[in-house]
Amino acid sequence: MRLGVPRPLAVSPPEAANCSTMTSDPSRDTSSSPTAYWRRNLTYVGSLLAVWFVVSYGAGILFVEQLNTISIPGTGFPLGFWFAQQGSIYTFVVLIFVYVVLMNRLDRKHELDEGEDG
Amino acid sequence: MNVQAWTFALVSLSFALYIGVAIWSRARSTKEFYVAGTGVSPLANGMATAADWMSAASFISMAGIISFRGYDGSVYLMGWTGGYVLLALLVAPYLRKFGAYTVPDFIGDRYYSQTARMVAVVCAIFVSFTYVSGQMRGVGIVFGRFLEVPVEIGVLIGMGIVFFYAVLGGMKGITYTQVTQYCVLIFAYLVPAIFLSILITGNTIPQLGFGGVDQVSGTFLLDRLNGLHQELGFAPYTSGTKATIDVFAITAALMVGTAGLPHVIVRFYTVPKVRDARLSVGWALVFIALLYTAAPAVAVFARMNLINTVSEQPYSEMPEWFTKWEDTGLISFDDRNGDGRIQFVGPGAVDARGATVENELAIDQDIMVLANPEISGLPNWVIGLVAAGGLAAALSTAAGLLLVVSSAVSHDLLKRGFKPDITERGELIAARVSAGAAVIVAGYLGINPPGFVAEVVAFAFGLAAASFFPAFIMGIFSKRMNREGAVLGMISGISLTAAYIVYFKLVNPAANTAEHWWLGISPEGIGTVGMLVNFAVAWTVSRYTPAPPARIAHLVEVIRVPSGVGEAREIGA
Repeated sequence: MRLGVPRPLAVSPPEAANCSTMTSDPSRDTSSSPTAYWRRNLTYVGSLLAVWFVVSYGAGILFVEQLNTISIPGTGFPLGFWFAQQGSIYTFVVLIFVYVVLMNRLDRKHELDEGEDG
Repeated sequence: MNVQAWTFALVSLSFALYIGVAIWSRARSTKEFYVAGTGVSPLANGMATAADWMSAASFISMAGIISFRGYDGSVYLMGWTGGYVLLALLVAPYLRKFGAYTVPDFIGDRYYSQTARMVAVVCAIFVSFTYVSGQMRGVGIVFGRFLEVPVEIGVLIGMGIVFFYAVLGGMKGITYTQVTQYCVLIFAYLVPAIFLSILITGNTIPQLGFGGVDQVSGTFLLDRLNGLHQELGFAPYTSGTKATIDVFAITAALMVGTAGLPHVIVRFYTVPKVRDARLSVGWALVFIALLYTAAPAVAVFARMNLINTVSEQPYSEMPEWFTKWEDTGLISFDDRNGDGRIQFVGPGAVDARGATVENELAIDQDIMVLANPEISGLPNWVIGLVAAGGLAAALSTAAGLLLVVSSAVSHDLLKRGFKPDITERGELIAARVSAGAAVIVAGYLGINPPGFVAEVVAFAFGLAAASFFPAFIMGIFSKRMNREGAVLGMISGISLTAAYIVYFKLVNPAANTAEHWWLGISPEGIGTVGMLVNFAVAWTVSRYTPAPPARIAHLVEVIRVPSGVGEAREIGA
């Protein structure tokens, strides 16, 4: 349980958000052990899932009524409705590509890159 | 050319294309049959995944459901896309690194247990059959309405096509036909969406158009629609009527179910490397999002068009599409007040004198996407195109599901279960025979649907959410998770979910209302509870039972880093 997982990551955004403070720890950057690689990966996953949760379950579901009192300027979209039917999907796409870029960089740094031809 | 001729031409052309692609890319080995030789590029795999994922439900039903439910339909939009974030971050890269052929392979090896493997095989087969019978039904509806052949013949034609390329081509054939099918279906979905957006709002991009100004009334389209809904006694379009907890639970069940569906997960075994698996989930979601962000726009346009066309209009002046759908039984009109006009109203409708107005029109929400181009008077070729797109969506998903069933039988039951000494050639024959048998069973279910096809779809997601997803997550992120915990977790998660759905959908459907639901969670959302129970049981049991052997802890460490992917089956076998 040290890695804190048999628990739905989906419903623990405050904890996931706390993980992101670990990113500023410089001592881990120079390490190339699998443990450091894995920790950094969990930090990325935690932070991105926090955004995932806030956008869909937060803006699209829990606070949808409050956000619906605001409409997006120049359009007929109530903000909460827009998040539920458009904004959350765009955010999901961005999140995955951010993870792809972060992990490719991390793989290279830890020399775990799989090379050009695998 | 009339609608039927156009439909016939476009559907035949698309079928010829799929068969051509299947012949070009047929499988010659078990590796090609199960995982396309792991040589698929991330972009092509993303496109194939999108076609695999987007079924008749996404193409035909989803916009219709949103059109009728407004904000409440958002659960499908968020649920069926948000699951890809979970796939990319928590599942796909690690399963690719593990390098298996099937989902039960991972479960069986990681939990060093034949019992776990068999539980996974049963779940995979059940989930896939549930899903595939719905696809075959979709094929039947499209054929029945647009080509005016009986539903049975339609299903038989669909079966023949799927049989041909799934049995011949295996995963390799399916992958490249799915790429073709994606192109057909997205074109078929976006063309009418763009036409409608231009007609109604003057904006070429539907995703922006439905937030724009209605060209007739000069007010924002959504405001106009909310206004019409209020006049006609429907709930406002942009705000929901479902309880927040239920919306939350359904969205979570769909997201987690998406990340646990075997036919989606096996697609990420087909790319060469771990980083390709991550990237390919990203591409898949881009291609899915193209349709999913257009769907709510189509829903709004369809709603406006429908209300404008039928509300308070004389029944005798209804256009041709109306009577044709009446023939299929999916639209029905009952002139209760005998005024010869159609009253299409919600439960709270009152007339000028304050008297209650009764609704006289019943419309099946599944026809909205198919009928939309006709309702708006778009050219005949667009209508034919939509029919071809609906078939592409149904066939691509059916093929992916059938492959899961066939590999579960030939690989997990025979090779890794009862007959480990089977030859490569024998396994390939077994795979083809079981794919063929699966097509026939699916076709039978399509022609004679168990009365509850729509209901059992809740099963597919609920079971995937309550069984596979927690087993994957714990298998990757916890080294301590052992055989006992995983098996008992899966069994308790599935049993709870299945019992809840069976009770409310089959045993006592009359009680299927919010006041009888546990915590206000509907059967569609119960998979979320099943998943939590699975996690809790697995964690608790694993604390009191022996830790997994050292080789498993090592296996987990290997899975977590991407380098040295190597051949499928090298690790853990």
